[in-house]
Amino acid sequence: MAEGESPVVLPDDPDAGPEVQVDYPGYRSTRWRVAERPLVTLPEEFHSLDGPVFGEDALGELDDDLTRQHPGEPIGERIIVTGRVLDEEGRPLRGTLVEIWQANAGGRYRHEVDQHPAPLDPNFSGAGRCLTDDDGRYRFVTIKPGSYPWGNHENAWRPNHIHFSIFGRQFTQRLVTQMYFPGDPLMEFDPIATSVRDPGARALLVARFDLDTTQPEWALGYQWDIVMGRGGAGTTPLENPR
Amino acid sequence: MTLPRTPSQTVGPFYSIGLSRAPQNELADPRDPAALRLIGVVVDGQGTPIPDGMVELWDPVGRRWGRSGTDSEGRFSFVVTKPGTFPGEAPRFDVLVFARGLLKHELTRVYFPDDADANAADPVLAGLDETSRATLVAEAEDGALRFDIRMQGDGHTVFFAH
Repeated sequence: MAEGESPVVLPDDPDAGPEVQVDYPGYRSTRWRVAERPLVTLPEEFHSLDGPVFGEDALGELDDDLTRQHPGEPIGERIIVTGRVLDEEGRPLRGTLVEIWQANAGGRYRHEVDQHPAPLDPNFSGAGRCLTDDDGRYRFVTIKPGSYPWGNHENAWRPNHIHFSIFGRQFTQRLVTQMYFPGDPLMEFDPIATSVRDPGARALLVARFDLDTTQPEWALGYQWDIVMGRGGAGTTPLENPR
Repeated sequence: MTLPRTPSQTVGPFYSIGLSRAPQNELADPRDPAALRLIGVVVDGQGTPIPDGMVELWDPVGRRWGRSGTDSEGRFSFVVTKPGTFPGEAPRFDVLVFARGLLKHELTRVYFPDDADANAADPVLAGLDETSRATLVAEAEDGALRFDIRMQGDGHTVFFAH
């Protein structure tokens, strides 16, 4: 815990681009963990090999519906979260594995280390998986995760968010990120979100409420597209030399 | 038209509920006579084990993948057989490291200690100084392979831009 410490939020930097600032001082866990820089640049021909491919057999039937994984329904605001996984040219990434995890509606993770005194929900595990379809689209049904306090600084609270991991086509193309919700007042105080210092890039982490995705009398809908880099900065895809 | 990339964010401390619900750390059948345990510890810049990290392996030749969370003492473990090779390169796994505190995951490699000649000729290892090179080669230890990952400081593991 960091009693009495205020959040350290650095000013926005519109020129920072899409790269997160990996040594962002406001996120205290970076201090002794961020990998020693500078990174070594691999020769170009090593970048663009392929990566693991997962089939439908890797998935359980209810993996994409976090509200139906238990005998009862979870407490909370039922939501649909969907969007497309694209490359930088706008082409869909088909059949790629998307994994999500999140807190329950009270802001508590089903994890032994999470000691936030909010109730666990016996009907919510908070984990989901799916493969993107031919348009690169993923879709989950879940409940809106709650905010929760964390020990980064005094009175630190995470904005509502869902964790995402997306494989892409190559092992080095992998993206792990977090999806936020529109209008969240906590985001500007959050050193994890603000470690993306370009406000335009940060906005790409925020889903869009969508009335067309919303199902009447059932669930609110959010759209969130994900754009993956090429994996291996600046390289062009090469044939796998196998 | 180029679309702007979605930025990276940390896996955070609770990734295991989503990413390691079931063991995924066997890239080879443990009953295979050639199977080896590949073990190690992920440590931070103060030498403290990272108990909420995750390591993934990728065999780019055999196209095998695996994932291991770290335990309360920062330890990860895999069951592997040695990968094949690309022409002119030494056998290796590509390695991704994730953890609370890493706003973006890191990329490294693990090579094998009994491939001295191939390692000496490997174009990536050959581009590194001796100290850096040593951080990418596992050590034989009690019939297993040991590969510790040091995020910072003296003897830190070499990480690659990606």
